[in-house]
Amino acid sequence: MAFFEVRRIVKNFGGLCAVHEISFSLEKGQVIGLIGPNGSGKTTIFNLINNFFPLTAGEIYFKGKRIDSLPTHKICALGIARTFQVVKPLKRMSVLDNVMAGAFLHTGSTSQARARALEILEFCNLINKRDLDAKKLTIADRKRLEIARALSTDPELLLLDETAAGLNPKETEEAIEVIKKISRSGIAIIIVEHKMKVIMGTSEKIVAINFGREITQGEPREVINHPEVIKAYLGDHYA
Amino acid sequence: MKKVLINITVAIVAILLPLVFRAPYHQHILITILIWAALGTAWNLLGGYAGQVSFGHAAFFGLGAYTAGILALHYNISPWWGLLLGPLVSTLISIPVGLICFRLRGPYFALAMLALGEIFRLVFINWVTFTNGAKGIMIIPKITMKLPYYYMALGLFFLSLTITGLLIKSRFGYYFISIREDQDAAESLGIPTTRYKLFAFLPSAFITGLTGAFYMNYIAFIDPNVVFSLANVSVMIILVVMLGGVATLWGPAVGAAIYILLSEVFRTRMGAASVLAFGILVCLVIMFLPNGIVGELDGLRKMALRKMNGGEKSGLLRG
Ligand SMILES: Nc1ncnc2c1ncn2[C@@H]1O[C@H](COP(=O)(O)OP(=O)(O)OP(=O)(O)O)[C@@H](O)[C@H]1O
Ligand SMILES: [Mg+2]
Repeated sequence: MAFFEVRRIVKNFGGLCAVHEISFSLEKGQVIGLIGPNGSGKTTIFNLINNFFPLTAGEIYFKGKRIDSLPTHKICALGIARTFQVVKPLKRMSVLDNVMAGAFLHTGSTSQARARALEILEFCNLINKRDLDAKKLTIADRKRLEIARALSTDPELLLLDETAAGLNPKETEEAIEVIKKISRSGIAIIIVEHKMKVIMGTSEKIVAINFGREITQGEPREVINHPEVIKAYLGDHYA
Repeated sequence: MKKVLINITVAIVAILLPLVFRAPYHQHILITILIWAALGTAWNLLGGYAGQVSFGHAAFFGLGAYTAGILALHYNISPWWGLLLGPLVSTLISIPVGLICFRLRGPYFALAMLALGEIFRLVFINWVTFTNGAKGIMIIPKITMKLPYYYMALGLFFLSLTITGLLIKSRFGYYFISIREDQDAAESLGIPTTRYKLFAFLPSAFITGLTGAFYMNYIAFIDPNVVFSLANVSVMIILVVMLGGVATLWGPAVGAAIYILLSEVFRTRMGAASVLAFGILVCLVIMFLPNGIVGELDGLRKMALRKMNGGEKSGLLRG
């Protein structure tokens, strides 16, 4: 059985079918990209994986265990962490305290949580901002904080939702480096991203969706040259 | 080190204070301040740190007070046993309320608490055979000197402060504040939010009940309209905390001292107009010092430290 697998997952919001029978899987330490035009259901898939929304149908497995009915906090405790596309900093806490809040998942000791949080802030290039209140951060730093906080829970699978959106080219390069570093440390990643540069620089496999349905999945070059994918992104007459 | 010295000084002052102010009237004011400081600190743990605003802490205060009163009234047991039983009764009531409301999003908890306080008030007014109804319960206190009550109230406040202080410095505190700041983010960081809201609620209800039981023993008279009062207990606790500083350790105590002292001054100097004038003053403070007195001072201190250490890079701002 795969390290992580979603099997024919479906999500309806009232009459709207946001996700329809999507399936994919990944192996330990693997990085895959999840792409699709705006509103195609990428964020919804993340919200299903960590059970912010209950599935309408389908199954999700992590390390051989079915997880789709577990509460969100348990899914994190099992080793799946996520970032939010619309960042959710704990505003009136310092950057360090934000990351410590996550680090307390695996230790009850404040000094251990602080030590772990400092390590992660160093790793994510946020160490100089550690004493700032999170609400004072720039958008680039908020995106970094999302990643740092997710890492603080020591995940085996990390879900990154457009962590490069709104970054300038230099910051985007940095973000790619950080993602590569995370991947080298053995953490599996699912990346949702509109910047193809980020996807192509990191992913071993791509899943492309539109209107909540899979278009195709497989090797990155093949997926992005797939006529249906080009059509979904650029409109009919380019295909 | 500096902190330890400050704490010791505060403790010594607190212990010596009633030896300086010997008039029963002055000692009564000091005791009242300590009661409100204990209540405010307990409310702050839940409302300030964990962000679960309760408009009905009078429910727990009244239950504590009535537990002590009813022990004396019906069972001829010393109302001092209320100090043991009262907080337990309050905590017991808080469990189902928390289990039901904390699963839900939105203002359910605030509204449920508002209702709870009023329900208890009405039940205790109407259940005359058990509670004596609106007539209330009077006891004859064994101790009539103020001094012992002062030290008990001080112990009560100390307990409230210590529990809050220990909790907020640990994982609990980080979790409480995370839940307040963003419940979704907290859940996704592995924090069982429902459970941790309850962990803030239980000690808060416990201390509020304990303070209610002490109040009964000290004042020796209670009736439902006093101890279950929405305006004079539930809302007043919130005002005390807002005045001093929400989510600051010492804020509620500072708020209580200022609130009680000012309201005494206003009452003795102005008579009937005092309520209005005092209300306006409290509104002004809350408008112009949105973080409360301790909160604003804390902000100033941090800003000064940051300037001294040169810009954003300053480390170790938090003590
Ligand atoms: N909580 C919700 N209630 C109702 N509809 C929703 C909800 N969340 C998402 N949707 C709908 O589901 C569809 C998919 O949205 P989703 O946010 O998953 O898209 P996305 O692929 O992440 O888009 P983007 O690239 O813009 O972030 C959209 O039509 C959206 O309006
Ligand atoms: Mg999205």
